[in-house]
Amino acid sequence: MKKYTYTEKKDTRSGFGAGLLEAGRKNENIVALCADLIGSLKMGDFQKEFPDRFVQVGIAEANMIGIAAGMTIGGKIPFTGTFANFSTGRVYDQIRQSVAYSDKNVKICASHAGLTLGEDGATHQILEDIGMMKMLPGMTVINPCDYNQTKAATLAIAEHEGPVYLRFGRPVIPVFTPADQKFEIGKAWMVNEGTDVTIIATGHLVWEAILAGEKLAEEGINAEIINIHTIKPLDEEAILNSVKKTGCIVTCEEHNRYGGLGESVAQLLATQLPTPQEFIAVNDTFGESGTPADLMKKYGLDSSNIIEATKKVMKRK
Amino acid sequence: MTTEISDLEKMASQVRRDIIKMVYECQSGHPGGSLGCADYLVALYFRVMKHNPEFNMDGAGEDLFFLSNGHISPVFYSVLARAGYFDVAELKTFRKLNSRLQGHPTTHEHLPGIRIASGSLGQGMSVAIGAALTKKINKDNGIVFSLHGDGELQEGQNWEAAMFAPFNKVDNLICTVDVNGQQIDGPTSKVLDLMNLEAKFLAFGWDVMHTDGNNMKELVATLEEAKSKTGNGKPIMILMKTEMGKGVDFMEGSHKWHGIAPNAEQLAEAFTQLEETFGDF
Repeated sequence: MKKYTYTEKKDTRSGFGAGLLEAGRKNENIVALCADLIGSLKMGDFQKEFPDRFVQVGIAEANMIGIAAGMTIGGKIPFTGTFANFSTGRVYDQIRQSVAYSDKNVKICASHAGLTLGEDGATHQILEDIGMMKMLPGMTVINPCDYNQTKAATLAIAEHEGPVYLRFGRPVIPVFTPADQKFEIGKAWMVNEGTDVTIIATGHLVWEAILAGEKLAEEGINAEIINIHTIKPLDEEAILNSVKKTGCIVTCEEHNRYGGLGESVAQLLATQLPTPQEFIAVNDTFGESGTPADLMKKYGLDSSNIIEATKKVMKRK
Repeated sequence: MTTEISDLEKMASQVRRDIIKMVYECQSGHPGGSLGCADYLVALYFRVMKHNPEFNMDGAGEDLFFLSNGHISPVFYSVLARAGYFDVAELKTFRKLNSRLQGHPTTHEHLPGIRIASGSLGQGMSVAIGAALTKKINKDNGIVFSLHGDGELQEGQNWEAAMFAPFNKVDNLICTVDVNGQQIDGPTSKVLDLMNLEAKFLAFGWDVMHTDGNNMKELVATLEEAKSKTGNGKPIMILMKTEMGKGVDFMEGSHKWHGIAPNAEQLAEAFTQLEETFGDF
């Protein structure tokens, strides 16, 4: 089993900020728009270096999405930045008509996704965003697992033609993927090969899955762990190949169980290779105020829940 | 392009015939607002705008037009076809299966001349601002035009956009509101009164102009004047008075023809009132 360690913890939103700056240096067509959350989205460095390519729209997310769609006409590649809630639910129709249906090359970059923005509570803790975005035809949906992967994903989507939803967050989490990684959209990332169970995770739950895998190994359970950073298009081949070997699967995400990664995997397996599956996800409820760690525990998203689900699903083989 | 006012009026008559025929043939669509805005779109595409029917999405160096109130697609399609963007014969496919002429305009079917989907109201001003910002960044002298319904201004996104454009000195933008005073459920004054639009846009910091959208001479003069005012630090808003259903007496001035199609008898009656100037499709 591959051992994962880390030397520092960072927030994924800072990975986005660093990636945006680097992408902006590489391609002068990249522009950025923000709805009064420059600090929270870590867009300040881009704004400072490229003031003429940065648009502060104020607290007006619908207008931001429309402006971004319009800016593509003439060759710009707009990156919009606000919280995940205001990046999706608040502007769903604007994204649907002006971006997705119009096939505009807009990158919707969303921070503070899920429960772990913490103390702000349920008004800001969107758990439905992946579902909304993956339902839009032509939309690519990406949820990287740590700082380095978020930075790499930001650079990758800059070179990808078409609308993208990039989801990241506020909590400070271990940085365990390589700084020099090449991010391939739609390509699953093998964390650890195993034979007894497939654990696939997205976002920072990949780290929880790694912790769970270490504990399971101590009990003699050999888990295959896969990082699904791209929820759409889903790497169907990687998932099918893994469950052919293991015969059962646990999906892990910081999202409602409806509409998320687990649901996409269930649809794949139901049609291609019916397989027992357990879901680590929020059980169709809103969140609440609290620390990220307390919320992960209360809503059943940490490594102990993954271990429990693994044992359960293995019995169903 | 210099086209005489009388030529533009002839084209507008043909466009009105196209609108009626398109809506009649599929027995659906929105003739009222389309007829009211025929003069405006003819003026733009045959006189005012610098544009190339050899369409490309980016439109570098061209003036661009965005239709925000997408339900008046018949007038947009007719004018694009008559201006050479695609074959006039294609107008007969409007709203039918496998057509590029969808009920509401879309880029999805790659119809030349369309740069954004519209139909869900209130989004076009933001899009037009975005295109105008890109022109500025690209040091492109083209002007961005957009058209909005008056009822459409009830959508809140317009006011986000209306606040943004003057503050950011988006002065290569000429928006027009079709003030016909009608919406689906009745007169705007009864449904949700827009009250003093001039005062509203002035307060937001726009350069506000007025015109009669069914008087070609006045309309062209207003649009030319608006063009001459670009680059002065303010976006321009033209409040354009029109009559819904203009050109067909039994459709004029009523919201009842917002979204219904004429029958064969009504089509024939409408055609007696509109001269066929460039040949029906």
